[in-house]
Amino acid sequence: MSLAEAHAGSGFTISKLWTEKRYRSVLFQLIALALLVALVFFIVNNTIANLQALGVSYGFGFLSQPANYDINQRLIEYDSTMTHGRAAIVGLLNTLLVAVSGIILATLLGFTFGVLRLSNNWVVSRLVYVFVEVTRNVPVLLQILLWHGTILNLPTVKNAFSFFSQTFFLSNRGLTVPGPVPEPGFQVVPIVFLAAVIGAIVFTRWAKRVQDETGRVYPVFLINIVGIIGLTVLAFLVTGKPLSWEIAEMGRFNLSGGVTLRPEFIALWLALSFYTAAFIAEVVRAGIQSVSRGQTEAAYSLGLRPGRTTRMVIIPQAMRVIVPPLTSQYLNLTKNSSLAIAIGYMDITATLGGITLNQTGQAMEAVMLLMAVYLSFSLFTSLFMNWYNHRTKLVER
Amino acid sequence: MADATYQPGQHPDLPPPPSTTGVVGWVRNNLLSSPLNIFLTVVSGLLVYFVATSVYEWGFANADFSGASRQDCTSGGACWALINVRFGQFIYGFYPEAQRWRVNLAFVGLVVALWPLLFDNVPARKQLLWYAGAYPIIAFVLLLGGFGLESVETAKFGGFLLTMVIGVTGIAVSLPLGIVLALGRRSDMLFIRTICIGFIEFIRGVPLITLLFVASTLLSFFLPPGTTFNLLLRVLIMVTLFSSAYLAEVVRGGLQAIPVGQREAAESLGLGYWRTMYLIILPQALKISIPGIVNSFIGLFKDTTLVAIIGLLDPLGIGRAALADTKWQGLSSEVYVFVAVLFFIFSFGMSRYSLYLEKKLEVGHAS
Repeated sequence: MSLAEAHAGSGFTISKLWTEKRYRSVLFQLIALALLVALVFFIVNNTIANLQALGVSYGFGFLSQPANYDINQRLIEYDSTMTHGRAAIVGLLNTLLVAVSGIILATLLGFTFGVLRLSNNWVVSRLVYVFVEVTRNVPVLLQILLWHGTILNLPTVKNAFSFFSQTFFLSNRGLTVPGPVPEPGFQVVPIVFLAAVIGAIVFTRWAKRVQDETGRVYPVFLINIVGIIGLTVLAFLVTGKPLSWEIAEMGRFNLSGGVTLRPEFIALWLALSFYTAAFIAEVVRAGIQSVSRGQTEAAYSLGLRPGRTTRMVIIPQAMRVIVPPLTSQYLNLTKNSSLAIAIGYMDITATLGGITLNQTGQAMEAVMLLMAVYLSFSLFTSLFMNWYNHRTKLVER
Repeated sequence: MADATYQPGQHPDLPPPPSTTGVVGWVRNNLLSSPLNIFLTVVSGLLVYFVATSVYEWGFANADFSGASRQDCTSGGACWALINVRFGQFIYGFYPEAQRWRVNLAFVGLVVALWPLLFDNVPARKQLLWYAGAYPIIAFVLLLGGFGLESVETAKFGGFLLTMVIGVTGIAVSLPLGIVLALGRRSDMLFIRTICIGFIEFIRGVPLITLLFVASTLLSFFLPPGTTFNLLLRVLIMVTLFSSAYLAEVVRGGLQAIPVGQREAAESLGLGYWRTMYLIILPQALKISIPGIVNSFIGLFKDTTLVAIIGLLDPLGIGRAALADTKWQGLSSEVYVFVAVLFFIFSFGMSRYSLYLEKKLEVGHAS
């Protein structure tokens, strides 16, 4: 009889529940399960009792009741007679708007600062260092409030700063810019633009294959940029410039016309962008520094020029380090956009989790929906992350 | 000298050209090495100059430091009179004025308790560590009352005191909780692992503000009817849970970095799971993850400002209340800058400490 048989053969006794590892693990998990079930039961039970005591009905019916409140910034049709559900969607779109524009600006600023931080120029790198440290170490809520306060302290509309010969106006009501007015035939332009982008992607793939097979290199980036911009401009000119700009005019009391970015949006957008940019700058710096000096030297010794070394050797390796923390910064920015509620920007937290919750008293459902929205953002982000990690995984011998 | 002859290889070293050494060389290399570099130097120099002078003029030269209302600020710069008048509130909230010495004592006690925890070369470290272990009880009694001290409601807590209460409690409780969660996430037991992953990912996926909404509106639903417990405690629970999920991920990073051989060696010596973890794995894993842990603490500390949104009076809440006063309307910059500086000092201090630790640990690895 081998040792393993002797071990497995001896029958089960009660004491083995805590003296033998595999039984003990089953016992622990059963205890944990029992505790969890008891906790859930306890919470559900209490909640039902509490709701009954308060006479609050449970359900998502409130989403189809009229909202009775206004939302000052909306991307889709909305007025106060529409439903709470519609208000929540307007809020969700506002969240997405500030998140996407924040992510774009934060990325641009973050990469710029990250590269400047590594500059040989002492003044520049110190300046960026001070900026990054100050921005990272001040709570983002305070930064949002500071930007908001600054904008509200700007002159009134009557005395608004105007730029570019009275087309842009900056005042305590926000930034007013000319609004685009598409005319008949304009829909051709975006279609051409999309076609040019697709063409550029196809061309890039083709050029990469040619380079892999023959070593011939095309100036892909240049051709793509010229192609996309050139074709779009050409389509615009051929269709007879079917776009005019509505410029805001100064009336007796107010500006009329144009598109106005509200102070709440500007404050939230700038604060989130700068705050996140400071973190991205550190991520970018760490990513670039993680590529060892030998890589550059090896590329030079193979005869690659500095520009191509950066593009083909350094950046792909740095990106592998940069992208995972970068996506988590994007996620942080999206979650931080919920602080909009502090300055009255009507995002999903302020509509669904704020006014709707207070008006209907359906706290449980509202907060659950709100959490589900943010959870799905983070789920999508982690799906993307897994896909990216898989794609850029080091292929080892 | 010039026409002296030397054998090949015997020429004494010449000093480097003066333009490559000293201040001149440094400036040439670091500031003026290329036209682009010169441009950047000039632009950023001007930027620094303008920002520095305008901050100086606004915050110091043209500022007013005392007065009873906004009308007393006539110099055109910042009106620090507001901060001056309400300074007590910014630090203590509405803690009874006669009892503020207790808060001061608690602050001093905190510094003394942190000292042996943060640094190695402290005289009588062992005794001080015992004291640090007892500090939470001491602070609890000092701040809330009991043993002959007049009792103070938590609703009176506010200002920087509230920040410290939330921050320190959150940090102290979330660390052990985070370690347990991290161990659970790496456990062999499927069910335990699933619970821990679910909890961590849920908490990390939602913004803190939604959890604070849960604290302020929902938590009382989950308890037997008629139970009431105060808002500060509910907020503390949520902040702690939030922070523990982030800490768990940091600690997990440290656990993953420990080679599996360490665990196998410990087990082959006959150590059980808890001893293996306590004696072998965790000391190494925590040491690696200290910088990440400190970073989470900084995050937690900054996040305490969010409690102002649900109506607690931390320094930001006090500031917003002051701005609602007609005497002080429109001074938002002063209030927010003051609170920002307050938070910056502590967060920056913590991040410096984390760098110091990183350096200290690096030396340990090299030797």
